[in-house]
Amino acid sequence: MKLPIYMDNHATTRMDPRVLDSMKPYFLEIFGNAASRNHSFGWEAEEAVEKSRKQIADLIGATAKEIIFTSGATESNNLAIKGTAQMYAERGNHIITQVTEHKAVLDTCKHLEKEGVRVTYLPVGKNGLIDLDQLQDAITDKTILISIMYANNEIGVVQPISEIGKIAKKKGVLVHTDAVQAVGKIPVNVISDGVDLLSLSGHKFYGPKGVGALYVRRRNPRVQLTSQMDGGGHERGMRSGTLNVPGIVGLGAAAEIARKEMAEESKRLEYLRDKLKDKILNNLDEVYINGTMEHHLPHSLNLSFAYVEGESLLMGINDIAVSSGSACTSATLEPSYVLKALGAGDDLAHSSIRFGLGRFNTEKEVDYVGDKVVDVVQKLRELSPLYELAKEGVDLSKMQWTAH
Amino acid sequence: MAYSDKVLDHYNHPRNVGSLDKNDASVGTGMVGAPECGDVMKLQVKVNPGTGIIEDAKFKTFGCGSAIASSSLATEWLKGKTVDQALEIKNTDIVNELSLPPVKIHCSVLAEDAIKAAIGDYKRKRGAEKPAEAVAAQ
Repeated sequence: MKLPIYMDNHATTRMDPRVLDSMKPYFLEIFGNAASRNHSFGWEAEEAVEKSRKQIADLIGATAKEIIFTSGATESNNLAIKGTAQMYAERGNHIITQVTEHKAVLDTCKHLEKEGVRVTYLPVGKNGLIDLDQLQDAITDKTILISIMYANNEIGVVQPISEIGKIAKKKGVLVHTDAVQAVGKIPVNVISDGVDLLSLSGHKFYGPKGVGALYVRRRNPRVQLTSQMDGGGHERGMRSGTLNVPGIVGLGAAAEIARKEMAEESKRLEYLRDKLKDKILNNLDEVYINGTMEHHLPHSLNLSFAYVEGESLLMGINDIAVSSGSACTSATLEPSYVLKALGAGDDLAHSSIRFGLGRFNTEKEVDYVGDKVVDVVQKLRELSPLYELAKEGVDLSKMQWTAH
Repeated sequence: MAYSDKVLDHYNHPRNVGSLDKNDASVGTGMVGAPECGDVMKLQVKVNPGTGIIEDAKFKTFGCGSAIASSSLATEWLKGKTVDQALEIKNTDIVNELSLPPVKIHCSVLAEDAIKAAIGDYKRKRGAEKPAEAVAAQ
Protein backbone atom coordinates (compact mmCIF):
# COMPACT_ATOMS: atom_id res chain seq x y z
CA MET A 1 0.00 0.00 0.00
CA LYS A 2 1.34 3.40 -0.99
CA LEU A 3 1.05 6.51 1.15
CA PRO A 4 -0.45 9.06 1.04
CA ILE A 5 -3.85 7.56 0.29
CA TYR A 6 -6.13 9.58 -1.97
CA MET A 7 -9.68 9.65 -0.59
CA ASP A 8 -10.90 13.01 -1.88
CA ASN A 9 -12.73 11.81 -4.97
CA HIS A 10 -15.43 14.50 -4.74
CA ALA A 11 -12.76 17.07 -5.49
CA THR A 12 -11.35 15.24 -8.44
CA THR A 13 -10.58 11.72 -9.57
CA ARG A 14 -7.48 10.17 -11.01
CA MET A 15 -7.96 9.61 -14.74
CA ASP A 16 -8.65 6.04 -15.73
CA PRO A 17 -5.68 4.75 -17.78
CA ARG A 18 -8.18 3.53 -20.39
CA VAL A 19 -9.38 7.10 -20.79
CA LEU A 20 -5.84 8.32 -21.28
CA ASP A 21 -5.27 5.65 -23.93
CA SER A 22 -8.35 6.78 -25.83
CA MET A 23 -7.10 10.37 -25.88
CA LYS A 24 -3.52 9.79 -26.98
CA PRO A 25 -4.03 9.72 -30.77
CA TYR A 26 -5.82 13.06 -30.65
CA PHE A 27 -2.77 15.11 -29.73
CA LEU A 28 -0.22 14.24 -32.42
CA GLU A 29 -2.02 12.27 -35.10
CA ILE A 30 -5.67 13.25 -35.29
CA PHE A 31 -5.17 16.87 -34.34
CA GLY A 32 -7.64 18.53 -36.71
CA ASN A 33 -10.18 21.18 -35.86
CA ALA A 34 -13.57 19.49 -35.61
CA ALA A 35 -15.07 22.51 -37.36
CA SER A 36 -12.85 22.11 -40.45
CA ARG A 37 -15.30 20.84 -43.05
CA ASN A 38 -13.06 20.53 -46.09
CA HIS A 39 -10.37 17.99 -45.24
CA SER A 40 -9.92 14.65 -43.54
CA PHE A 41 -8.14 16.10 -40.49
CA GLY A 42 -11.30 17.96 -39.62
CA TRP A 43 -13.60 15.06 -40.50
CA GLU A 44 -11.74 12.65 -38.27
CA ALA A 45 -11.80 15.07 -35.37
CA GLU A 46 -15.50 15.66 -35.91
CA GLU A 47 -16.17 11.96 -36.01
CA ALA A 48 -14.41 11.53 -32.64
CA VAL A 49 -16.41 14.38 -31.15
CA GLU A 50 -19.70 12.92 -32.38
CA LYS A 51 -18.80 9.51 -30.94
CA SER A 52 -18.17 11.14 -27.57
CA ARG A 53 -21.46 13.03 -27.78
CA LYS A 54 -23.24 9.71 -28.20
CA GLN A 55 -21.30 8.07 -25.35
CA ILE A 56 -22.30 10.86 -22.98
CA ALA A 57 -25.89 10.92 -24.18
CA ASP A 58 -26.14 7.15 -23.58
CA LEU A 59 -24.95 7.57 -19.99
CA ILE A 60 -27.72 10.04 -19.11
CA GLY A 61 -30.57 8.89 -21.34
CA ALA A 62 -30.29 11.79 -23.79
CA THR A 63 -29.76 12.02 -27.54
CA ALA A 64 -26.39 13.03 -28.95
CA LYS A 65 -27.64 16.35 -30.33
CA GLU A 66 -28.63 17.43 -26.83
CA ILE A 67 -25.02 17.42 -25.55
CA ILE A 68 -23.13 20.75 -25.61
CA PHE A 69 -19.43 20.56 -24.79
CA THR A 70 -17.99 23.07 -22.32
CA SER A 71 -14.84 23.54 -20.27
CA GLY A 72 -16.41 21.96 -17.20
CA ALA A 73 -19.35 22.15 -14.86
CA THR A 74 -18.73 25.71 -13.72
CA GLU A 75 -19.17 26.86 -17.28
CA SER A 76 -22.13 24.52 -17.81
CA ASN A 77 -23.85 25.94 -14.73
CA ASN A 78 -23.20 29.51 -15.81
CA LEU A 79 -24.46 28.82 -19.32
CA ALA A 80 -27.56 26.98 -18.13
CA ILE A 81 -28.65 29.53 -15.56
CA LYS A 82 -27.61 32.81 -17.17
CA GLY A 83 -28.57 31.49 -20.60
CA THR A 84 -32.07 30.62 -19.39
CA ALA A 85 -32.54 33.87 -17.48
CA GLN A 86 -31.64 35.91 -20.55
CA MET A 87 -33.46 33.79 -23.13
CA TYR A 88 -36.70 33.63 -21.13
CA ALA A 89 -36.56 37.14 -19.61
CA GLU A 90 -39.88 38.05 -21.24
CA ARG A 91 -41.61 35.05 -19.71
CA GLY A 92 -40.43 35.72 -16.16
CA ASN A 93 -37.60 36.74 -13.90
CA HIS A 94 -37.71 34.29 -11.01
CA ILE A 95 -35.32 31.41 -10.33
CA ILE A 96 -35.54 28.86 -7.50
CA THR A 97 -32.46 27.17 -6.14
CA GLN A 98 -31.33 26.01 -2.71
CA VAL A 99 -28.77 26.95 -0.11
CA THR A 100 -26.34 24.01 -0.36
CA GLU A 101 -25.65 24.38 -4.08
CA HIS A 102 -22.08 24.65 -5.29
CA LYS A 103 -20.72 28.19 -5.58
CA ALA A 104 -20.87 27.90 -9.36
CA VAL A 105 -24.67 27.95 -9.03
CA LEU A 106 -25.02 30.22 -5.98
CA ASP A 107 -22.70 32.91 -7.27
CA THR A 108 -24.25 32.75 -10.74
CA CYS A 109 -27.63 33.37 -9.12
CA LYS A 110 -26.21 36.23 -7.03
CA HIS A 111 -24.81 37.74 -10.21
CA LEU A 112 -28.26 37.58 -11.81
CA GLU A 113 -29.86 39.14 -8.74
CA LYS A 114 -27.78 42.26 -9.40
CA GLU A 115 -29.35 42.34 -12.85
CA GLY A 116 -32.86 42.30 -11.47
CA VAL A 117 -33.61 38.57 -11.43
CA ARG A 118 -35.40 37.40 -8.29
CA VAL A 119 -33.92 34.27 -6.70
CA THR A 120 -35.44 32.05 -4.02
CA TYR A 121 -32.92 30.03 -2.02
CA LEU A 122 -34.79 27.10 -0.49
CA PRO A 123 -33.54 25.85 2.88
CA VAL A 124 -32.64 22.22 3.48
CA GLY A 125 -33.64 20.01 6.38
CA LYS A 126 -31.27 18.33 8.81
CA ASN A 127 -31.09 15.49 6.27
CA GLY A 128 -29.71 17.89 3.65
CA LEU A 129 -32.72 17.61 1.35
CA ILE A 130 -35.14 20.29 0.19
CA ASP A 131 -38.80 20.14 1.10
CA LEU A 132 -40.97 19.54 -1.97
CA ASP A 133 -43.93 21.43 -0.49
CA GLN A 134 -41.72 24.46 -0.01
CA LEU A 135 -40.57 24.13 -3.59
CA GLN A 136 -44.16 23.99 -4.81
CA ASP A 137 -45.07 27.04 -2.75
CA ALA A 138 -42.11 29.00 -4.05
CA ILE A 139 -43.18 28.71 -7.69
CA THR A 140 -44.92 31.79 -9.08
CA ASP A 141 -46.14 32.70 -12.55
CA LYS A 142 -42.83 34.52 -12.99
CA THR A 143 -40.71 31.42 -12.25
CA ILE A 144 -38.67 30.32 -15.26
CA LEU A 145 -36.12 27.94 -13.78
CA ILE A 146 -35.56 25.57 -10.86
CA SER A 147 -31.88 24.72 -10.34
CA ILE A 148 -31.30 21.97 -7.78
CA MET A 149 -28.13 19.87 -7.63
CA TYR A 150 -28.42 16.13 -8.16
CA ALA A 151 -26.06 15.16 -5.35
CA ASN A 152 -24.22 17.36 -2.90
CA ASN A 153 -20.47 17.64 -3.16
CA GLU A 154 -19.85 17.92 0.58
CA ILE A 155 -22.33 15.57 2.18
CA GLY A 156 -23.26 13.28 -0.71
CA VAL A 157 -27.04 13.46 -0.27
CA VAL A 158 -29.13 12.90 -3.40
CA GLN A 159 -31.99 15.35 -3.95
CA PRO A 160 -35.40 14.07 -5.14
CA ILE A 161 -34.78 15.17 -8.73
CA SER A 162 -37.57 13.20 -10.42
CA GLU A 163 -40.12 14.61 -7.93
CA ILE A 164 -38.78 18.09 -8.65
CA GLY A 165 -39.08 17.36 -12.36
CA LYS A 166 -42.74 16.39 -11.97
CA ILE A 167 -43.61 19.51 -10.00
CA ALA A 168 -41.81 21.73 -12.50
CA LYS A 169 -43.45 20.08 -15.49
CA LYS A 170 -46.92 20.72 -14.09
CA LYS A 171 -46.11 24.41 -13.71
CA GLY A 172 -44.25 24.74 -17.02
CA VAL A 173 -40.97 25.63 -15.32
CA LEU A 174 -37.59 24.44 -16.62
CA VAL A 175 -35.34 22.28 -14.43
CA HIS A 176 -31.56 22.50 -14.34
CA THR A 177 -29.48 20.15 -12.24
CA ASP A 178 -25.80 20.36 -11.41
CA ALA A 179 -25.11 16.63 -11.62
CA VAL A 180 -21.31 16.62 -11.39
CA GLN A 181 -21.24 14.39 -8.33
CA ALA A 182 -23.90 12.01 -9.61
CA VAL A 183 -23.11 11.35 -13.27
CA GLY A 184 -21.10 8.18 -13.66
CA LYS A 185 -21.72 7.25 -10.02
CA ILE A 186 -25.45 6.60 -9.81
CA PRO A 187 -28.06 6.12 -12.57
CA VAL A 188 -29.06 9.46 -14.04
CA ASN A 189 -31.72 9.67 -16.72
CA VAL A 190 -32.89 13.00 -18.09
CA ILE A 191 -36.18 11.50 -19.30
CA SER A 192 -37.33 9.76 -16.14
CA ASP A 193 -35.86 12.55 -13.99
CA GLY A 194 -37.71 15.21 -15.99
CA VAL A 195 -34.62 17.37 -16.33
CA ASP A 196 -34.24 20.03 -19.05
CA LEU A 197 -30.65 21.09 -18.41
CA LEU A 198 -27.90 19.04 -16.76
CA SER A 199 -24.29 19.94 -16.00
CA LEU A 200 -21.52 17.35 -15.86
CA SER A 201 -17.76 17.38 -15.63
CA GLY A 202 -15.15 14.91 -16.91
CA HIS A 203 -12.67 14.91 -14.06
CA LYS A 204 -15.28 13.91 -11.49
CA PHE A 205 -15.66 10.48 -13.05
CA TYR A 206 -12.15 9.47 -14.09
CA GLY A 207 -12.04 11.63 -17.21
CA PRO A 208 -9.81 14.60 -17.99
CA LYS A 209 -9.97 18.01 -16.35
CA GLY A 210 -11.02 21.07 -18.34
CA VAL A 211 -13.85 19.39 -20.19
CA GLY A 212 -17.51 19.01 -19.35
CA ALA A 213 -20.90 19.13 -20.94
CA LEU A 214 -24.32 20.65 -20.65
CA TYR A 215 -27.35 18.61 -21.62
CA VAL A 216 -29.93 20.87 -23.28
CA ARG A 217 -33.32 19.29 -23.96
CA ARG A 218 -34.48 19.46 -27.59
CA ARG A 219 -38.00 18.10 -27.24
CA ASN A 220 -40.88 18.59 -24.80
CA PRO A 221 -39.89 21.37 -24.48
CA ARG A 222 -37.19 22.56 -26.85
CA VAL A 223 -34.93 24.58 -24.56
CA GLN A 224 -33.08 27.57 -25.91
CA LEU A 225 -30.22 29.40 -24.26
CA THR A 226 -28.57 32.74 -24.78
CA SER A 227 -24.90 32.04 -25.41
CA GLN A 228 -22.43 33.53 -22.95
CA MET A 229 -19.48 33.85 -25.32
CA ASP A 230 -19.46 35.35 -28.77
CA GLY A 231 -17.55 33.60 -31.53
CA GLY A 232 -17.80 31.04 -34.27
CA GLY A 233 -21.19 29.68 -33.26
CA HIS A 234 -20.08 26.18 -32.33
CA GLU A 235 -22.31 23.78 -30.43
CA ARG A 236 -25.61 24.85 -31.98
CA GLY A 237 -24.65 28.47 -31.34
CA MET A 238 -24.76 27.99 -27.60
CA ARG A 239 -21.06 27.71 -26.92
CA SER A 240 -18.49 29.18 -29.29
CA GLY A 241 -14.88 28.09 -29.21
CA THR A 242 -12.82 25.43 -30.97
CA LEU A 243 -13.64 22.07 -29.46
CA ASN A 244 -11.15 20.45 -27.09
CA VAL A 245 -11.04 17.24 -29.11
CA PRO A 246 -8.69 15.13 -26.92
CA GLY A 247 -10.58 16.20 -23.81
CA ILE A 248 -13.92 15.45 -25.43
CA VAL A 249 -12.71 12.01 -26.54
CA GLY A 250 -11.60 11.33 -22.95
CA LEU A 251 -14.92 12.53 -21.56
CA GLY A 252 -16.75 10.15 -23.89
CA ALA A 253 -14.52 7.22 -22.97
CA ALA A 254 -15.03 7.95 -19.27
CA ALA A 255 -18.79 8.03 -19.84
CA GLU A 256 -18.79 4.69 -21.61
CA ILE A 257 -16.70 3.02 -18.90
CA ALA A 258 -19.00 4.46 -16.24
CA ARG A 259 -22.13 3.25 -18.04
CA LYS A 260 -20.77 -0.29 -18.30
CA GLU A 261 -19.20 -0.57 -14.85
CA MET A 262 -21.38 1.64 -12.66
CA ALA A 263 -23.57 -1.09 -11.21
CA GLU A 264 -20.64 -3.19 -10.06
CA GLU A 265 -18.45 -0.30 -9.03
CA SER A 266 -21.09 1.39 -6.92
CA LYS A 267 -21.74 -1.88 -5.10
CA ARG A 268 -18.05 -2.27 -4.31
CA LEU A 269 -17.67 1.33 -3.16
CA GLU A 270 -20.79 1.16 -1.03
CA TYR A 271 -19.40 -1.93 0.71
CA LEU A 272 -16.09 -0.17 1.36
CA ARG A 273 -17.81 3.04 2.48
CA ASP A 274 -20.00 1.12 4.92
CA LYS A 275 -16.98 -0.75 6.23
CA LEU A 276 -15.23 2.55 6.91
CA LYS A 277 -18.35 4.01 8.53
CA ASP A 278 -18.86 0.98 10.76
CA LYS A 279 -15.22 0.88 11.83
CA ILE A 280 -15.36 4.50 12.92
CA LEU A 281 -18.84 4.47 14.49
CA ASN A 282 -18.23 1.21 16.35
CA ASN A 283 -15.01 2.45 17.93
CA LEU A 284 -15.78 6.07 18.73
CA ASP A 285 -18.64 7.77 20.53
CA GLU A 286 -20.13 11.11 19.54
CA VAL A 287 -19.48 10.87 15.83
CA TYR A 288 -22.24 12.35 13.70
CA ILE A 289 -23.13 11.54 10.10
CA ASN A 290 -23.82 14.70 8.10
CA GLY A 291 -26.78 14.33 5.76
CA THR A 292 -29.13 11.40 5.43
CA MET A 293 -27.62 8.05 4.47
CA GLU A 294 -30.96 7.05 2.94
CA HIS A 295 -30.63 9.12 -0.21
CA HIS A 296 -26.92 9.11 -0.64
CA LEU A 297 -24.04 8.57 -3.04
CA PRO A 298 -22.51 5.12 -2.55
CA HIS A 299 -18.90 6.31 -2.27
CA SER A 300 -19.39 9.27 0.01
CA LEU A 301 -19.26 9.79 3.78
CA ASN A 302 -19.18 13.00 5.81
CA LEU A 303 -18.63 12.73 9.56
CA SER A 304 -18.31 15.22 12.40
CA PHE A 305 -16.15 14.24 15.34
CA ALA A 306 -17.39 16.08 18.42
CA TYR A 307 -14.82 17.64 20.75
CA VAL A 308 -11.92 17.52 18.33
CA GLU A 309 -10.90 20.34 16.03
CA GLY A 310 -10.77 19.77 12.29
CA GLU A 311 -7.33 21.07 11.45
CA SER A 312 -5.60 19.08 14.19
CA LEU A 313 -7.54 16.04 13.02
CA LEU A 314 -6.30 16.51 9.45
CA MET A 315 -2.80 17.02 10.81
CA GLY A 316 -3.02 13.67 12.53
CA ILE A 317 -4.12 11.90 9.37
CA ASN A 318 -1.80 13.75 7.03
CA ASP A 319 -1.04 10.61 5.06
CA ILE A 320 -4.69 10.51 3.96
CA ALA A 321 -5.99 13.06 1.47
CA VAL A 322 -9.51 14.09 2.54
CA SER A 323 -11.42 17.36 2.90
CA SER A 324 -12.67 19.11 6.00
CA GLY A 325 -15.46 21.59 6.69
CA SER A 326 -13.15 23.30 9.11
CA ALA A 327 -12.69 27.04 8.72
CA CYS A 328 -8.94 26.65 9.11
CA THR A 329 -8.76 24.66 5.90
CA SER A 330 -10.76 27.10 3.83
CA ALA A 331 -9.71 30.38 2.31
CA THR A 332 -12.63 32.22 3.86
CA LEU A 333 -12.05 31.22 7.51
CA GLU A 334 -15.75 30.35 7.65
CA PRO A 335 -16.83 26.81 8.44
CA SER A 336 -18.70 24.95 5.72
CA TYR A 337 -21.90 26.75 4.68
CA VAL A 338 -23.34 23.38 3.68
CA LEU A 339 -22.99 21.90 7.17
CA LYS A 340 -24.29 25.12 8.73
CA ALA A 341 -27.34 24.93 6.45
CA LEU A 342 -28.05 21.49 7.93
CA GLY A 343 -28.25 23.11 11.34
CA ALA A 344 -24.90 21.79 12.56
CA GLY A 345 -23.31 24.11 15.11
CA ASP A 346 -20.06 25.80 14.17
CA ASP A 347 -18.17 23.41 16.43
CA LEU A 348 -19.41 20.33 14.57
CA ALA A 349 -18.86 22.00 11.22
CA HIS A 350 -15.28 22.68 12.28
CA SER A 351 -14.64 19.03 13.05
CA SER A 352 -16.05 17.41 9.93
CA ILE A 353 -14.29 15.21 7.44
CA ARG A 354 -15.46 14.24 3.98
CA PHE A 355 -14.34 10.84 2.77
CA GLY A 356 -14.69 10.32 -0.96
CA LEU A 357 -13.94 6.81 -2.15
CA GLY A 358 -13.18 6.06 -5.74
CA ARG A 359 -12.39 3.51 -8.39
CA PHE A 360 -8.77 3.13 -7.31
CA ASN A 361 -9.22 2.76 -3.56
CA THR A 362 -8.55 -0.71 -2.18
CA GLU A 363 -9.98 -2.48 0.86
CA LYS A 364 -6.53 -2.34 2.50
CA GLU A 365 -6.54 1.43 2.17
CA VAL A 366 -10.01 1.67 3.66
CA ASP A 367 -8.93 -0.47 6.63
CA TYR A 368 -5.87 1.70 7.15
CA VAL A 369 -7.92 4.91 7.02
CA GLY A 370 -10.49 3.55 9.47
CA ASP A 371 -7.83 2.51 12.01
CA LYS A 372 -5.92 5.74 11.64
CA VAL A 373 -8.97 7.96 12.12
CA VAL A 374 -10.04 6.07 15.23
CA ASP A 375 -6.53 6.29 16.64
CA VAL A 376 -6.08 10.02 16.00
CA VAL A 377 -9.53 10.97 17.29
CA GLN A 378 -8.91 9.01 20.50
CA LYS A 379 -5.59 10.75 20.96
CA LEU A 380 -7.05 14.21 20.33
CA ARG A 381 -9.92 13.55 22.69
CA GLU A 382 -7.46 12.69 25.41
CA LEU A 383 -6.11 16.17 24.74
CA SER A 384 -9.52 17.82 24.54
CA PRO A 385 -10.82 19.81 27.51
CA LEU A 386 -14.24 19.74 25.86
CA TYR A 387 -14.36 15.96 25.79
CA GLU A 388 -13.33 15.91 29.45
CA LEU A 389 -16.09 18.36 30.40
CA ALA A 390 -18.68 16.45 28.38
CA LYS A 391 -17.69 13.21 30.09
CA GLU A 392 -18.14 14.98 33.46
CA GLY A 393 -21.69 15.75 32.35
CA VAL A 394 -21.19 19.48 31.78
CA ASP A 395 -23.49 21.01 29.17
CA LEU A 396 -21.01 22.85 26.95
CA SER A 397 -23.70 24.99 25.37
CA LYS A 398 -24.49 26.50 28.78
CA MET A 399 -20.89 27.35 29.63
CA GLN A 400 -19.54 30.88 29.59
CA TRP A 401 -16.71 31.05 27.06
CA THR A 402 -14.21 33.81 26.64
CA ALA A 403 -14.60 34.62 22.96
CA HIS A 404 -11.44 35.82 21.27
CA MET B 1 -0.18 24.31 5.70
CA ALA B 2 3.44 23.63 6.54
CA TYR B 3 4.16 23.31 10.25
CA SER B 4 7.53 23.93 11.85
CA ASP B 5 9.39 20.92 13.23
CA LYS B 6 8.80 22.17 16.77
CA VAL B 7 5.03 22.40 16.25
CA LEU B 8 5.02 18.90 14.80
CA ASP B 9 7.07 17.62 17.72
CA HIS B 10 4.66 19.07 20.29
CA TYR B 11 1.68 17.82 18.30
CA ASN B 12 3.08 14.30 18.03
CA HIS B 13 4.49 14.24 21.57
CA PRO B 14 2.51 16.72 23.64
CA ARG B 15 4.11 17.41 27.03
CA ASN B 16 2.20 17.47 30.31
CA VAL B 17 -1.20 16.42 29.03
CA GLY B 18 -3.75 15.93 31.76
CA SER B 19 -5.67 17.51 34.57
CA LEU B 20 -4.95 18.53 38.14
CA ASP B 21 -7.58 18.65 40.87
CA LYS B 22 -9.20 22.01 40.29
CA ASN B 23 -10.53 22.07 43.87
CA ASP B 24 -7.03 21.85 45.33
CA ALA B 25 -6.13 25.21 46.88
CA SER B 26 -2.63 25.07 45.42
CA VAL B 27 -3.93 24.53 41.88
CA GLY B 28 -4.83 27.38 39.55
CA THR B 29 -6.98 26.65 36.50
CA GLY B 30 -7.35 28.78 33.38
CA MET B 31 -9.79 27.94 30.61
CA VAL B 32 -9.80 30.30 27.64
CA GLY B 33 -11.23 30.37 24.11
CA ALA B 34 -14.54 29.14 22.77
CA PRO B 35 -15.58 26.03 20.84
CA GLU B 36 -17.19 28.10 18.05
CA CYS B 37 -13.87 29.82 17.44
CA GLY B 38 -12.13 26.47 17.13
CA ASP B 39 -9.83 26.85 20.15
CA VAL B 40 -10.28 26.06 23.84
CA MET B 41 -7.29 25.78 26.16
CA LYS B 42 -7.30 24.53 29.72
CA LEU B 43 -4.07 25.17 31.56
CA GLN B 44 -3.41 24.31 35.18
CA VAL B 45 -0.54 25.07 37.54
CA LYS B 46 0.24 23.52 40.92
CA VAL B 47 2.14 25.98 43.07
CA ASN B 48 4.20 25.31 46.17
CA PRO B 49 2.59 27.77 48.60
CA GLY B 50 5.83 28.10 50.54
CA THR B 51 8.15 29.02 47.67
CA GLY B 52 5.67 30.32 45.11
CA ILE B 53 7.31 28.00 42.57
CA ILE B 54 5.21 26.17 40.00
CA GLU B 55 5.84 22.50 40.65
CA ASP B 56 3.56 21.04 38.05
CA ALA B 57 1.67 22.20 35.01
CA LYS B 58 -0.89 20.37 32.87
CA PHE B 59 -2.90 21.25 29.81
CA LYS B 60 -5.66 20.07 27.58
CA THR B 61 -6.36 21.85 24.30
CA PHE B 62 -9.07 21.67 21.69
CA GLY B 63 -7.65 23.39 18.67
CA CYS B 64 -5.31 23.25 15.73
CA GLY B 65 -1.76 21.89 15.86
CA SER B 66 -0.34 25.32 16.65
CA ALA B 67 -2.74 25.75 19.57
CA ILE B 68 -1.77 22.35 20.94
CA ALA B 69 1.92 23.15 20.53
CA SER B 70 1.57 26.60 22.14
CA SER B 71 -0.07 25.22 25.26
CA SER B 72 2.24 22.21 25.43
CA LEU B 73 5.25 24.54 25.27
CA ALA B 74 3.70 26.82 27.90
CA THR B 75 3.48 23.96 30.41
CA GLU B 76 7.14 23.13 29.79
CA TRP B 77 8.15 26.71 30.44
CA LEU B 78 5.94 27.12 33.51
CA LYS B 79 7.44 24.30 35.52
CA GLY B 80 10.11 25.61 37.89
CA LYS B 81 9.18 29.25 37.44
CA THR B 82 7.75 31.37 40.21
CA VAL B 83 4.24 32.70 39.80
CA ASP B 84 5.58 36.16 38.99
CA GLN B 85 8.11 34.84 36.48
CA ALA B 86 5.29 32.93 34.81
CA LEU B 87 3.40 36.15 34.22
CA GLU B 88 6.38 37.46 32.26
CA ILE B 89 5.92 34.85 29.50
CA LYS B 90 4.79 36.75 26.41
CA ASN B 91 2.98 35.39 23.40
CA THR B 92 5.81 36.64 21.20
CA ASP B 93 8.19 34.28 23.02
CA ILE B 94 5.94 31.40 21.97
CA VAL B 95 5.69 32.69 18.39
CA ASN B 96 9.48 32.83 18.14
CA GLU B 97 10.11 29.46 19.74
CA LEU B 98 7.58 27.64 17.53
CA SER B 99 8.08 29.78 14.39
CA LEU B 100 4.33 30.36 14.17
CA PRO B 101 3.10 31.97 10.94
CA PRO B 102 1.02 35.18 11.20
CA VAL B 103 -2.33 33.34 10.89
CA LYS B 104 -1.45 31.29 13.99
CA ILE B 105 -0.40 34.15 16.27
CA HIS B 106 -3.79 33.99 17.97
CA CYS B 107 -2.81 30.54 19.27
CA SER B 108 0.10 32.08 21.16
CA VAL B 109 -2.11 34.88 22.47
CA LEU B 110 -4.50 32.27 23.75
CA ALA B 111 -1.66 30.44 25.51
CA GLU B 112 -0.57 33.66 27.21
CA ASP B 113 -4.18 34.29 28.23
CA ALA B 114 -4.37 30.76 29.62
CA ILE B 115 -1.24 31.29 31.73
CA LYS B 116 -2.64 34.56 33.11
CA ALA B 117 -5.99 32.95 33.81
CA ALA B 118 -4.42 29.99 35.64
CA ILE B 119 -2.16 32.19 37.78
CA GLY B 120 -5.07 34.57 38.41
CA ASP B 121 -7.20 31.68 39.60
CA TYR B 122 -4.44 30.49 41.91
CA LYS B 123 -4.01 33.99 43.35
CA ARG B 124 -7.76 34.35 43.86
CA LYS B 125 -7.87 31.08 45.74
CA ARG B 126 -4.95 32.12 47.91
CA GLY B 127 -6.55 35.49 48.47
CA ALA B 128 -9.79 33.93 49.58
CA GLU B 129 -7.94 31.60 51.91
CA LYS B 130 -5.52 34.05 53.43
CA PRO B 131 -6.62 37.54 52.50
CA ALA B 132 -4.11 39.24 54.78
CA GLU B 133 -1.09 37.50 53.30
CA ALA B 134 -2.24 38.02 49.75
CA VAL B 135 -2.60 41.74 50.32
CA ALA B 136 0.76 41.86 52.02
CA ALA B 137 2.39 39.99 49.15
CA GLN B 138 1.27 42.67 46.73
